[in-house]
Amino acid sequence: MAFLFIFFPVVMAALAVLIPSDRWRPWLLPAAGTLHAALTGAALARQAPLSPTAWLALDPLGKVILLVVSLLFLFCSYYAAGYLRNRGERPNRVFCVCLLAFLGIASLVAWSRHLGLLWVAIEGTTLVTAPLIFFNHTQRSIEATWKYMVVGSVGIALALLGTFFLAYAALHAGHEASLMVHNLVQHAPDLSKPWLHAAFVLLLVGYGTKMGLAPMHTWKPDAYGEAPGVVGAILAGGVTSCAFLALLRAYHLCVAAGESAYVSRLLLLMGLLSMAVASLFMVGQRDMKRMLAYSSVEHMGILVLGLGLGAPALFGTLLHVVNNGLTKGILFLSAGNIHRAFNSKSTEQVSGAMRRLPLSGTLFLVGFLAITGSPPFGPFISEFMILNGTFTTGRAAIGALFLILLLVVFIGMGATVLKIVQGRPSFAARSTPYRDSVLTGAPMLGLLALVVLIGVALPAPLAALLTDAVRYLEGRP
Amino acid sequence: MSNLLNSLLVMVLMLNLFALGTSRIASVIRTVAMQGALLGTLPLVLHGHLSSGALLIAALTVTLKGVVIPAMMNRALRDVKIKREVEPLIGFQSSVVFGALATVCALLFAGRLPLADAHAGTLVVPTAIATVLTGFILLITRFKALTQVMGYLVLENGIFIFGMLLVQAMPLVVELGVLLDLFVAIFVICIIVNHINQAFSSLDTRRLASLKE
Repeated sequence: MAFLFIFFPVVMAALAVLIPSDRWRPWLLPAAGTLHAALTGAALARQAPLSPTAWLALDPLGKVILLVVSLLFLFCSYYAAGYLRNRGERPNRVFCVCLLAFLGIASLVAWSRHLGLLWVAIEGTTLVTAPLIFFNHTQRSIEATWKYMVVGSVGIALALLGTFFLAYAALHAGHEASLMVHNLVQHAPDLSKPWLHAAFVLLLVGYGTKMGLAPMHTWKPDAYGEAPGVVGAILAGGVTSCAFLALLRAYHLCVAAGESAYVSRLLLLMGLLSMAVASLFMVGQRDMKRMLAYSSVEHMGILVLGLGLGAPALFGTLLHVVNNGLTKGILFLSAGNIHRAFNSKSTEQVSGAMRRLPLSGTLFLVGFLAITGSPPFGPFISEFMILNGTFTTGRAAIGALFLILLLVVFIGMGATVLKIVQGRPSFAARSTPYRDSVLTGAPMLGLLALVVLIGVALPAPLAALLTDAVRYLEGRP
Repeated sequence: MSNLLNSLLVMVLMLNLFALGTSRIASVIRTVAMQGALLGTLPLVLHGHLSSGALLIAALTVTLKGVVIPAMMNRALRDVKIKREVEPLIGFQSSVVFGALATVCALLFAGRLPLADAHAGTLVVPTAIATVLTGFILLITRFKALTQVMGYLVLENGIFIFGMLLVQAMPLVVELGVLLDLFVAIFVICIIVNHINQAFSSLDTRRLASLKE
């Protein structure tokens, strides 16, 4: 089953290379997205016991990430077909090939039970997404791609060093050096502590760079700002979730080794720092895509903070991975449409989006309300659970700081969003050809329906999946 | 065995300093290529036994790091028609001094690390740390995009040295995956470097400054 997940997108990517027509090639994306979602449904429904020696197996953590990536890709793939039809002037072969390859590699991330393989796959996600950021071939997109590649590669190289340190921790304790998740977790209590500590710091810095935690987030506003909206959605919801899975694996190992106090201090610090930096840069932000990038930094901070709080907040944190992925989809896709219609992403030129594009403008506003944690949307539930976690673990000061930062983000982001959606569109913006269509509109509505569903009535299968994952993280499978 | 290994590692350390001290980009490329090829053969020396998997990885590493990547970099260098690094953030001589200091620190630091008995007598861990630090010095202080890529390669070499202690943990498929990732990364970077040169008429990364708050 694992090979099917990984190889069918790769085969589709090879097909995309061969198809000569820029008009028909993009339809491979929805085909792959639909098939992948169906496969994911089947894989999640199957209850197979975890084989300890299998490199590729789907444990509860992998299932959560696979679900996020698959759902997000499903909606983005239909949108991408519509987007590429509007961008008929640009060849889209590389774009389609890279998106399809991303789907295969992200599945590999979710299925990996070997930390070396996991590293190879996450580096792979960097490599296939770099050409996507470069899609427009402008000077600014070259600069963004360069920064993304250099900062991302150096960060991920440190994660490889951290991975080696983990294996050395086992070697030093007298076990055979191994990077199999199962072996490491089993030997966790004996692992050499200094090497384990050093490994966790390197993994946090390395995979944190990939997630875009402050202060390693510098590439993020540039990359998200210059990438097409649909690529932004894939980066903010898919690539970051993959990197977070790697961090979850490191966390799992440290908790199993009895080092939760050590990792939780680091995670809380990084989480609050990311939220603080994001809120600072979001106030007065004029560029809507850069604003969304800082929102992504903020939410990565929330995830890491939730992880740092430990047991009481784990369910909320994993639910937030799902919520963040889906809501970022709505925001980036609608921002992409607005960008098309106004030919600008700056508040200096963009205003009156709700009049110019009733659907995308409204969804951009609704997406903003959802991501900042307003009821009745999903992120409200998960952020509330994390907030609750701060108080039940007796960290009231952190809880208060968390609330203040959320409020600053709400005000800062709200000012920019309202400038964009309210008012009258300029004459130039009214004469551009772009109109909302079924392909570029319906995927956002689908994502919104899911976010509302999670917020109003958490579906029982999802709740069961997340409970399983929490149990797995706490070492009670 | 240990003597041969240590003398090879000393050569790696000297190549680090040479990469820091030269202003000609072609020499940096050649130095890093030599270092990479040298490292490819090290696992054979370190472990003594020659399995077909180990030979395959060694051959691939030597080819990739010693021939393919330098060829790609040299081509990129020819296309962009530059020869020398501009005056870096800290001068070439000071870079060498910094590199030497980093090496000394790495040696002292590695002596205090809790190492397994089998590794305590060799230079593997200090060389790994010193090489990682050298990579960082190159990455931070140089301005030309190509030299920064060489810094990344040196950094990667350092991590590779540490990884040699852990062959059991890295099965053949994963090793191949790491090499494939490195190759694709350099390939993508070379394409971007070419575009940077066309769009900005320069490889100076200080020109890449239009995206900021």
